Amino acid sequence: MYQNKMEVIFESKSENEAFARVVAAAFVARLDPTLEEIADIKTAVSEAVTNAIIHGYNNQPNHKIYMSCQIEDRSIEISIKDEGVGIPDIEKAKEPMYTTKPELERSGMGFIFMEVFMDSLDIISQVDVGTNIIMKKTLTSGMTEVGE
Amino acid sequence: MDSTFKLRDNTLIITLGRELDHHNADMIKSKSEEYICKFRIQDIVFDFDNTNFMDSSGIGVIMGRYKVVSALNGRISVVNVHEAIERIFIISGLYKLVERYDNVNDAVR
Repeated sequence: MYQNKMEVIFESKSENEAFARVVAAAFVARLDPTLEEIADIKTAVSEAVTNAIIHGYNNQPNHKIYMSCQIEDRSIEISIKDEGVGIPDIEKAKEPMYTTKPELERSGMGFIFMEVFMDSLDIISQVDVGTNIIMKKTLTSGMTEVGE
Repeated sequence: MDSTFKLRDNTLIITLGRELDHHNADMIKSKSEEYICKFRIQDIVFDFDNTNFMDSSGIGVIMGRYKVVSALNGRISVVNVHEAIERIFIISGLYKLVERYDNVNDAVR
């Protein structure tokens, strides 16, 4: 069975949203995903990291965001964790169009996109401790052989 | 590549850059507000020809501009929408608010 794992830590700056999604896409690239699968993963990662920055850390830079990505065969598990304010009501946060920051023109679609583009979404959050988003996706069978 | 802003009569044409996320959404928001204050803008056209990535922050930007122009009977159009962006629009239900055209000329009324 093919297995691989990576971890990165970066600061809660908005330019790191692009960094995080490109890193995740590059890490899974050796599984030869389709263009659509790559787009799905990039969008989901972008949503989770944006949430950590805007909501978790209230747009304050210099806090840490932890991203890890684990591959088992063609299954990918991506974890994005912050040590921010946490989510008081997860069910409410997941509702379409619900946002705590309408003044920042947030669409309230972030969790919807994570759910739609990945196979599963787990939100583990505790107020004043932080939030950990765990998303899984199994890629369709690739044409090329994976492994050394 | 950054987004560019152009005026054609009462229409503001925003040609978006390669990626539309939270990081560049703020610039697009403030610059379009600047244009709306300075000029008599009725409609806004978002041109996605150069864009290959957008997340929910992009939806927020478009919805925000929709609120501003629709109050004055203006409309929002999107043009040159490629496949990856089209999926985001469909899932978000944005086509209930904005109109889609093939190109800028078709969108300007």
